[in-house]
Amino acid sequence: MIDAGQRPNAAVFGLTEEEFDQVVVLLGREPKVLEAAMFGALWSEHCGYKNSRPLLKMLPTRGPQVLQGPGENAGVVDIGEGRAVAFKMESHNHPSAVEPVQGAATGVGGILRDIFAMGARPVAVLDALRFGPLDHPRDGERNRWLLAGVVEGISHYGNAIGVPTVGGEIAFHPSYSQNPLVNVMAVGFMRHEELQSGTVGGPGNRLVYVGSRTGRDGLGGAVFASADLSSSSEADRPAVQVGDPFLEKLLLEATLEAIERRLVVGVQDMGAAGLASSVGEMAYRAGLGVDLWLDRVPRREPEMSPLEVMLSESQERMVLTVLPERVGELLELLRFWELDAVEIGEVRAGGRLRLFDGDELCGDMPVAALNEAPSYRREGRESPDMVEFRERALKVDVPADLHAVLARLLASPTIGSKRPVFERYDHQVMTNTVVVPGAADAAVLRVKGTALGVALSVDCNARYVGLDPYEGARHAVAEAARNVACVGARPLAITNNLNFGNPTRPEVYFQLEQAVLGLRDACLALDTPVTGGNVSLYNQYRDDAGRVVSVLPTPTVGMVGVLRDVSRHATMGLKRAGDVIVMVGPQAAELGASEYLAVVHGIEAGRPPHLDLDLEHRLHRSLVSCIDEGFCDTAHDCSEGGLAVALAEMAIAGDRGCDVVLDEYEYEGAARPDVLLFGEAPSRVLLAVRADLVDRVGSLFSREGVPSAVLGTVGGTTLRIRVGGERLDAEVAELRGHFERPLREALS
Amino acid sequence: MIAVIRFPGSNCDEDARYALERLGGDARMVWHREAGLGRADAVILPGGFSYGDYLRTGAMAAQSPVMAAVRDFAERGGPVLGICNGFQVLTESALLPGALARNERPHFLCRTVRVRVERDDLIFTSGCRKGEVLELPIAHAEGSYYADPETLARLEARGGVAFRYCGGAGDDDAAQSPDARGNPNGSVAAIAGVVNERGNVLGMMPHPERAVEGLLGGSDGRRLLEGFLARLGSSTVNASGPSAVEA
Repeated sequence: MIDAGQRPNAAVFGLTEEEFDQVVVLLGREPKVLEAAMFGALWSEHCGYKNSRPLLKMLPTRGPQVLQGPGENAGVVDIGEGRAVAFKMESHNHPSAVEPVQGAATGVGGILRDIFAMGARPVAVLDALRFGPLDHPRDGERNRWLLAGVVEGISHYGNAIGVPTVGGEIAFHPSYSQNPLVNVMAVGFMRHEELQSGTVGGPGNRLVYVGSRTGRDGLGGAVFASADLSSSSEADRPAVQVGDPFLEKLLLEATLEAIERRLVVGVQDMGAAGLASSVGEMAYRAGLGVDLWLDRVPRREPEMSPLEVMLSESQERMVLTVLPERVGELLELLRFWELDAVEIGEVRAGGRLRLFDGDELCGDMPVAALNEAPSYRREGRESPDMVEFRERALKVDVPADLHAVLARLLASPTIGSKRPVFERYDHQVMTNTVVVPGAADAAVLRVKGTALGVALSVDCNARYVGLDPYEGARHAVAEAARNVACVGARPLAITNNLNFGNPTRPEVYFQLEQAVLGLRDACLALDTPVTGGNVSLYNQYRDDAGRVVSVLPTPTVGMVGVLRDVSRHATMGLKRAGDVIVMVGPQAAELGASEYLAVVHGIEAGRPPHLDLDLEHRLHRSLVSCIDEGFCDTAHDCSEGGLAVALAEMAIAGDRGCDVVLDEYEYEGAARPDVLLFGEAPSRVLLAVRADLVDRVGSLFSREGVPSAVLGTVGGTTLRIRVGGERLDAEVAELRGHFERPLREALS
Repeated sequence: MIAVIRFPGSNCDEDARYALERLGGDARMVWHREAGLGRADAVILPGGFSYGDYLRTGAMAAQSPVMAAVRDFAERGGPVLGICNGFQVLTESALLPGALARNERPHFLCRTVRVRVERDDLIFTSGCRKGEVLELPIAHAEGSYYADPETLARLEARGGVAFRYCGGAGDDDAAQSPDARGNPNGSVAAIAGVVNERGNVLGMMPHPERAVEGLLGGSDGRRLLEGFLARLGSSTVNASGPSAVEA
């Protein structure tokens, strides 16, 4: 028991003094060290969402398509024909900053466990990655090391476990130099009746521990800063966990077989805060208590304290709930898969988590108190600097050489080809991958045994969010949905990963609050509810002057869409000479917050472009029916780099040229060729349509009130764009050289 | 029936079964601890990371109980096809000569490559013609075939190379020398697949089971596997059927 007179600084446990006092009230006594550490871990942002929960409550989470919303290991949506998709995204930013290979690898491993804990077989991984500039004078070398390490880690884990990495996005910005973002989305397929819950079921049920032995890995951070908390020295503890995809493959097969044979009542991954959070959450969901026998937990190292056992973040571990009479059968199955498995506890009525080390009761806490972290609504205040950047008048000269501008944009790492990265990932194992990474705006998987397809995309233009968090978050949802619609899939639902700085800073809290509001409004408008997500705060770095600066606010959106008939889908590559290039969507383009402005003029300012969510929704509906009717198999949205970059990407992907005239394309008030070519605006999609179908496509879109315009035709080996009096002609092969260069060089 | 051997860490086992069944074949999974193959007409060693590839790729699998049965089966003339990690298991088991080393550029590589069929007289390749170029996916970090000069000379002399990487119109890797064009991993003599002297044990790095449907972007693997299944189904080839090891 902690003596009140010698109470350690509450911060040692990651608690404030007020929170520590709350623990004392909830327990009716001073907590033991073990108990205080457990409250600290479960009330942390990562487990308890104490700064974000009041905001997250505003997100729409319901809809007929949602089979499982937030609160379980992952969200689940109905895709028809009795099938469902489980999906979730999670960050491993801080571990990856320290040790990129293992940080990223265990990020993949952790989110995969969340998927098969739901009863779904993992079928895909996507990653949203952010790094500092690869050519940064001070941090360039480290940024390249981080990129190579993160790619290696994802590749190592995903390839070995045999789940394809089918997509993702990679962007670069100075604010991520010391704090890269590694957001991993995992996706699984299941039948409705296989849906599992992370629950303890009823009293008398037993808890079975299965998987890797428990070691001291993952025991880092503020909670353990005090030397007296552990029986081992600080130096013995690896800060970052080490992943074992081989073991996880066995765990995956064993868990799914146990579910299939209906041997288990509940399934839970052991993630952050290990046994403490997994058993705590399972008991909480059922409103029950648990007696846990810590001395039975398989250990990797001798003399581990109960605290270390409870809070270890060793990877590849699960907790299964089983009826008492089926324990033997379950253990036999798990041991067939060559896994360590032991009975570690029993479910009790009464709602208390009691921890036994042999006969000694070393912890006794109310389950509800552990799981109901205090939450804080803070005051947000926008940084005046940001207001100034956003409202700044943008005055730049029209560049003389438009060809050079296109080359430069294509060769910038954020726009450039991600093929050198995707080729290091097995993207075809499981033989479901219909559209490989880089070939379209979203990945497409078929669902074996059905005609269905599933489309997946992860997106966020963090520059937009930085300049206007509310608008930027709306853009993130709209772009993710647009990408899914561009392959012919109806957007269904999202998961999200909110990567922000320190929420106690008013300007950061403002970003978080506004971004959540933006997500809410876009999800409501596009009918894509939120089924879960993850929050990563305190992403920040020190600039040259030693000031703490937050990363660009990055609310990554992971979107799932469904195709009625997967054989009817679209990719971005131009396919046939003679096809007509049609632009659908608003006839507008803006300079503000654009990649062009940042890369070519070194200016990150202005308002993100105007977004009309109602038009966006109508665009998606018409795109989906256009592709599903078989009118079009080539589509690509205009995002960073605008119309010219989008056209170049279509030409490069299809190894074909095209001839485009922008004169008749009436932009609102923007007569400048650079704005026409490289300016950005949402809700714009380029299609390549067979000449005899152009009229039908035009009327299909106009029925939904979506404008369209014919821009030119496909053919030859040159990209030719005539804009006003100017021309931009470039060989497709030359453009490919620029496009393929940046990441190939960085990873060689 | 084709026995698909499942080691802990295999991950293309289900893909192989799916492809075979889709093409009308009958596949059964055989766990690595089983000592027999049942009434197998052929054996497939699938891709993956058997035993985590922790010692050397394929090395642990080569010591597993089921491999004794596979060896026995091969010695009786039964057809054995090793794909990717299965190829590595076959060289580690000395059922095929040579070894598979780390790729020349030492990273995992997943892409579609072109391979030229060098033997069309094998039970595995009867659906193809000699000299024909197939587009097949590869996905490996350790697929660089190596044999010492003497072994290589013997291998070439007896026609032991079944598939060879070759450049083509789709080969855009300008960084490579013309000799290396189309050779994705630095394999000696651009070797992508090797067959034993008797012609009944084939190892290949490309994944034919990933290329059996146009929907997934390619069907050249289909011809290969269909030809194999057709020959297995015809009575003339059934050398292994009656003598197959009983479980």
